[in-house]
Amino acid sequence: MAITSSTAGASLTTPTAKGAAKLAEYARTKAQRKRRERAIEMVLLFAACVSVFTTVGIVYVLVKESLAFFSHVPVWDFLTDTQWTPLFDDAHFGIIVLLAGTVTSSAVALAIAIPLGTIIAIYLSEFAGHKTREIMKPLLELLSGVPTIIFGYFALLFVTPLLQKIYPDLPGFNVLSAGIVMGIMIIPYVSSLSEDAMRAVPMSLREGSYAMGATRFQTAVKVVVPAALSGIAAAYILGISRAVGETMILAVAAGMQPNLTLNPLEPAATITAYIVQVALGDLPHGSIGYQTIFAAGLTLMLLTLFFNLIGYWLRRKYREAY
Amino acid sequence: MSATLSKRAEELRGIIRVHKRWDAVFATLGLLAMMVGVLTLAALFAAMITDGVPRLSAEFFTEFPSRRASQAGILSAWVGSMLVMLVTALFAVPVGVAGAIYLEEYAKKNWFTDIIEINISNLAGVPSIVYGLLALGLFVYTFGFGQSILSAGLTLALLILPIVIVATREALRAIPQHVREGAYACGASQWQVVSHHLVPYGMPGILTGVIIGLSRAIGETAPIITIGALTFIAFLPPMPFSGDPPAGIFDWLFSPFTVMPIQIFNWTSRPDQAFHQNAAAASLVLVVLTLGMNATAIWLRYRLRKNIKW
Repeated sequence: MAITSSTAGASLTTPTAKGAAKLAEYARTKAQRKRRERAIEMVLLFAACVSVFTTVGIVYVLVKESLAFFSHVPVWDFLTDTQWTPLFDDAHFGIIVLLAGTVTSSAVALAIAIPLGTIIAIYLSEFAGHKTREIMKPLLELLSGVPTIIFGYFALLFVTPLLQKIYPDLPGFNVLSAGIVMGIMIIPYVSSLSEDAMRAVPMSLREGSYAMGATRFQTAVKVVVPAALSGIAAAYILGISRAVGETMILAVAAGMQPNLTLNPLEPAATITAYIVQVALGDLPHGSIGYQTIFAAGLTLMLLTLFFNLIGYWLRRKYREAY
Repeated sequence: MSATLSKRAEELRGIIRVHKRWDAVFATLGLLAMMVGVLTLAALFAAMITDGVPRLSAEFFTEFPSRRASQAGILSAWVGSMLVMLVTALFAVPVGVAGAIYLEEYAKKNWFTDIIEINISNLAGVPSIVYGLLALGLFVYTFGFGQSILSAGLTLALLILPIVIVATREALRAIPQHVREGAYACGASQWQVVSHHLVPYGMPGILTGVIIGLSRAIGETAPIITIGALTFIAFLPPMPFSGDPPAGIFDWLFSPFTVMPIQIFNWTSRPDQAFHQNAAAASLVLVVLTLGMNATAIWLRYRLRKNIKW
């Protein structure tokens, strides 16, 4: 009995010790694995935060340099002065001059992009067959894939001479041709998003309308468009913020002279074109000229942020739930 | 009785005819509207080809820019573009994919995640020139990278980061839940699920996003002008270990540079007609490059999506 118990004890303790050792090893590897998983998660989190750092960086840089700028130039002058001559001896800093250029060029662009984009969206969503849509949509999206500098070249050397044949007094640099080309470039932004919104309208709404005897056009205009209005409005807003932020077409084709006018037949500088113009010269770091581009950039940023927020709000508020 | 009925039917048919006519009018309008876009594209290509093709030759790719238009080439521009793209890809791909994996697979639903999400969709709407200002203030002057390939590459990487993140998230979201559950059931850790299954399966979508992002980056002009890239560069960045004294492995990162869009801008803004032909030729090269990348991405997405059956 004693012998057996001792042998049994011996034969029992060895496996238990082994088991305990193994368990401890498991626990160790598990803890190790947990630590490693935790570390990986931290690395991934850091990567996700890079976008936040970018925003913080943008705001920090713009605000820091703008504060330095506004310590020289009163905000009131910046907003109300009607001259923009920051690099002259008699320096004036009236952002309204550059804003006029931005507003004029965007207005021309949107006058092209919004009607054409909307018509194309309605056509592709409600009229075109499957095949037409599959071919036309990527073809139109090519327009937004062409680098904007090439559109600038096109506006200056193709569209402007063309317009000069119709209207001979048109100067070589003008907002009109830049705006037209910019509008055509923005068409796909407007049409793609609007079409997506229209296609998301459930079939039952269309069927109801057809059952009442409505034609395609009536259904499209009176049922589908109102139902997709929030998405369409968001597409317009995206188009606006593209137009406001567009740089190279205007820098190349619209000339870079600040000009307080809303006439698209004249040359004018936009906020973006001014930044390019200054960056092309070599202004010393920390000079007032260097700081003006950050103040202009801040204005631009606030402008697009404003439109983006409206777009975000529109999508939220008027999102139809079917 | 029947006469009035047939008269009313005729009236009804008239109304229908009028409405149908509006249908036809609108369909024509739609086609015309699309033609505006397509014809513009065609005119753009026609203009570039007629002006540019005579200038395209082997020398055009192997010559530096010159004061004489007929001898100028895009050597420094295309080398610069490639090197900047290299830096952009090396930064944007790992960071973008990792960030997307975090948001899609790890992140808990809380205010912090919401902030990151709103922030990314906001960044996608920031004009590209603002990224140039960020780079000018931060990379060029605060970090002291100067007006270098490194500054430009990082700037464009930040610019395309939202594109890469959104594409990767969509690719991951398209993978069905049972793939994850199967892997967990076999005892895989979360990272093993991600690295062994989700990333490989999502690769087509991720690749598409990366290519589209890079094709956008290669055509960007404004942010690179803003950081102060030079428009006239008649030398190449130093090759590692070449020259005397030998250049270090990373010296090219800090070299001054130019890129194709800037070269085009420079040639377009000269009054001399001959330089406009150079601009057209360089535009043709650039547009073939970007549209080629876009087409590859579309083809890739189409092709690979067709083969997937979950």
